[in-house]
Amino acid sequence: MSKRFLSGNETFAEGIRLAKPDVISAYPITPQTIVVERLSEMVEDGSLHSEFIHVESEHSALSCAIGASAAGARAFTATSSQGLLYMAECLYYASGGRFPIVMMNADRSTALPWNIYGDQRDSLSQLDSGWIQVYAENAQEALDLALMSWRIAEDSRVSTPVMVNLDGFVLTHTYETVDIPEQAQADAFLPPYETENRVDFDDPKNLAFSAGPDTNYIFKYNAHRAMLAAVPVIAETEQAFAAIFGRRYPGVLEAYRTDDADYVLVTLGSIAGLCRETADRLREQGIRAGVIRIRYMRPFPHTEIAAALKGAKAFAVLEKDISFGSEGTVYTNVNSALQKAGVQLRGANYIGGLGGRNISAGDIEQIFADLEAGADGVHFIGIGGDGNG
Amino acid sequence: MKPYLREKTTFSASEVPQATAFEAGYLVSVNSGWRSIRPVIEPARCIGCEQCYLYCPDGVIAVQNGKAVIDYDFCKGCGICAKICKTGAVRMEAERE
Amino acid sequence: MGNPTAERISRDEYFYGHKACAGCGGSLAVRAALKVLGQNAVSVLPAGCMSAVGFNFPQLCFSNNSIISTFAGTASMLTGIEAGLRAKGHTDFTAVGFAGDGGTADIGIQALSGAIDRNDNIIYICYDNEAYMNTGIQKSGLTPFGARTTTTPAGEHIHGNLRPKKNMFEIAAAHGIPYAATASIGYLPDFIKKVEKAAKIRGTKYIHVIAPCPTGWGIAPDQTVEIAKEVVDCGLWYLAEYENDSFTLNHKPKTFSSVEDYLKKQGRFRHLDAADLETIIQSRDKKWAFIEKNFSYR
Repeated sequence: MSKRFLSGNETFAEGIRLAKPDVISAYPITPQTIVVERLSEMVEDGSLHSEFIHVESEHSALSCAIGASAAGARAFTATSSQGLLYMAECLYYASGGRFPIVMMNADRSTALPWNIYGDQRDSLSQLDSGWIQVYAENAQEALDLALMSWRIAEDSRVSTPVMVNLDGFVLTHTYETVDIPEQAQADAFLPPYETENRVDFDDPKNLAFSAGPDTNYIFKYNAHRAMLAAVPVIAETEQAFAAIFGRRYPGVLEAYRTDDADYVLVTLGSIAGLCRETADRLREQGIRAGVIRIRYMRPFPHTEIAAALKGAKAFAVLEKDISFGSEGTVYTNVNSALQKAGVQLRGANYIGGLGGRNISAGDIEQIFADLEAGADGVHFIGIGGDGNG
Repeated sequence: MKPYLREKTTFSASEVPQATAFEAGYLVSVNSGWRSIRPVIEPARCIGCEQCYLYCPDGVIAVQNGKAVIDYDFCKGCGICAKICKTGAVRMEAERE
Repeated sequence: MGNPTAERISRDEYFYGHKACAGCGGSLAVRAALKVLGQNAVSVLPAGCMSAVGFNFPQLCFSNNSIISTFAGTASMLTGIEAGLRAKGHTDFTAVGFAGDGGTADIGIQALSGAIDRNDNIIYICYDNEAYMNTGIQKSGLTPFGARTTTTPAGEHIHGNLRPKKNMFEIAAAHGIPYAATASIGYLPDFIKKVEKAAKIRGTKYIHVIAPCPTGWGIAPDQTVEIAKEVVDCGLWYLAEYENDSFTLNHKPKTFSSVEDYLKKQGRFRHLDAADLETIIQSRDKKWAFIEKNFSYR
């Protein structure tokens, strides 16, 4: 293991090198670009033995990765924002075909208006595409997820692609000191990909076929069940990871000081650190604040969220997303989890960080203050309520 | 070798494969019901030139012992074989009920 | 007596039991090409007629490894399959795509151009039936001038499609592709020879084969092969190759057969008037003047 001072993108690229994908197909887009630049350099200098395909679009990037996966190869791609939306058709194709591709998405605002900075409207708009979606908080977690994602995706109980989301710029371009594991550790953790869902010259297959109304729903049900089966696989994978690399991860979500919390802020991604710091400060002032960082948006941690929120007086969801005409998508999901668990709890939704707008410690303190004062409804940080409160 | 009819034609929920991957060349239904006319080979005229075999879109004609034979399970009765035949060895006949 | 073409290709059938319309030209092109390429061909077919008729679980009509791609993704999936199989240590296989005219000249042209640009080691076969037939005969970029489709209706004001076919053969050639060819299922031995040739060349190969659709063209199912021959004989299509930076014409009709006869046999052209016919003949003559000037003939 070696310590290095790297950006989120560079760190993630190191994780991909350790995972040894057979095929990498990617198209450049800010702020993902540095990942594919570093991977290209690794292929050039011989430290990564991957077929690097210079595709001419994001649609082709994922289509090519699907082809590679159907050949039995480990395939990687990376994108962001407009690129993710451009490849949307292929997202459904990859998950429906149960091709365990890993993709890095640099979370970025979606046009219009044009904007290159970070928010999560790109990936959250694709929650229904059938991909496991995980959100990293920092560069080290991103690297570790690069390794863990392959193992989860390729587990025969799961066989589902994984999208690893890194907040654009805030995470992709911020430098941190990270541990880079040894190749031998990575090899011990991540076995080669084995599958029957592939071209086979000894036992030829017809792949990615049609299925009519008589069986189509069964394929969809199976894909849904496989995604749910990822929850225990994620836990097993994190245990195995800790045994080899010494770093522990908390599963589908990370609950911070929620046990006795009156007010809990639910969020995801890189903003979670500031939320925890704010909660600590508020606790010094006698306010029992807690934070839940959702790590996996799919499979969604329904029971875990409900359990962590059960004793609270109120919760807020802070997210970099808005589903026009409704509310933030994360908020919708959290409310569904509470409703299913029979937990009656006042909630409020805070929309922030759109187009890269800063979310300050003051903004977060204000959310807790609002909660204490009885807030509910949907609020745009910097503007106010949306009239649905 | 070629795709061929299988005995197992329906799949219960637990038998449906997890991924969209399955044995190549697995047939569960024939195409004979599509025909309104059928090609009939007149062996006396057939010279085994294999033009009908070559041009059949469905690949249902084979020349055996020098004469064309047709797999009526999968022939759709398009009539290309009758058109392509230079010796008039293929006659199209109305399909009987 | 032996058939020299039949002797060259596999006796096995790789595309069988499919639900294509009776007399489908596209299915003949796919069948013939796979009999050339054999068991180790990995075929990629985008959403379209041939995938719709060949891959309905559990009726799976390809006996070789075959996969459906996205509509736009024939070439990009071919790239991925080729790279993936190579990365897994396979050497003895051919990645071949079969896409229709819309899948090639319209929605798939970007991915095709990318694959040719990278010179990926694949064969891309466009079976051209001159419209979106799977969705019920809508105009594509390869629908010829004057053709009636459901989106280019022929009426008093407009006589069907107003634009000529895109020239995909020369578009492919303009990339400096190692091998490109035109063909017709009406001249099957020529098509088969071109697939054989493509299989021996490294890099990207593009073959554009005219494959009439009885349903969309308004002809009887038994006319498919004859009409595919006639389009060549009347000069509205031609058999040619591009390799080593030059074009070669493979077949030169001594005199063209009647364009009018060719058109009037088809329901899609029946509305054309004398002026339309003149436009078509002039455009043919212009094309052949270009061919005479720029293509060698042997």
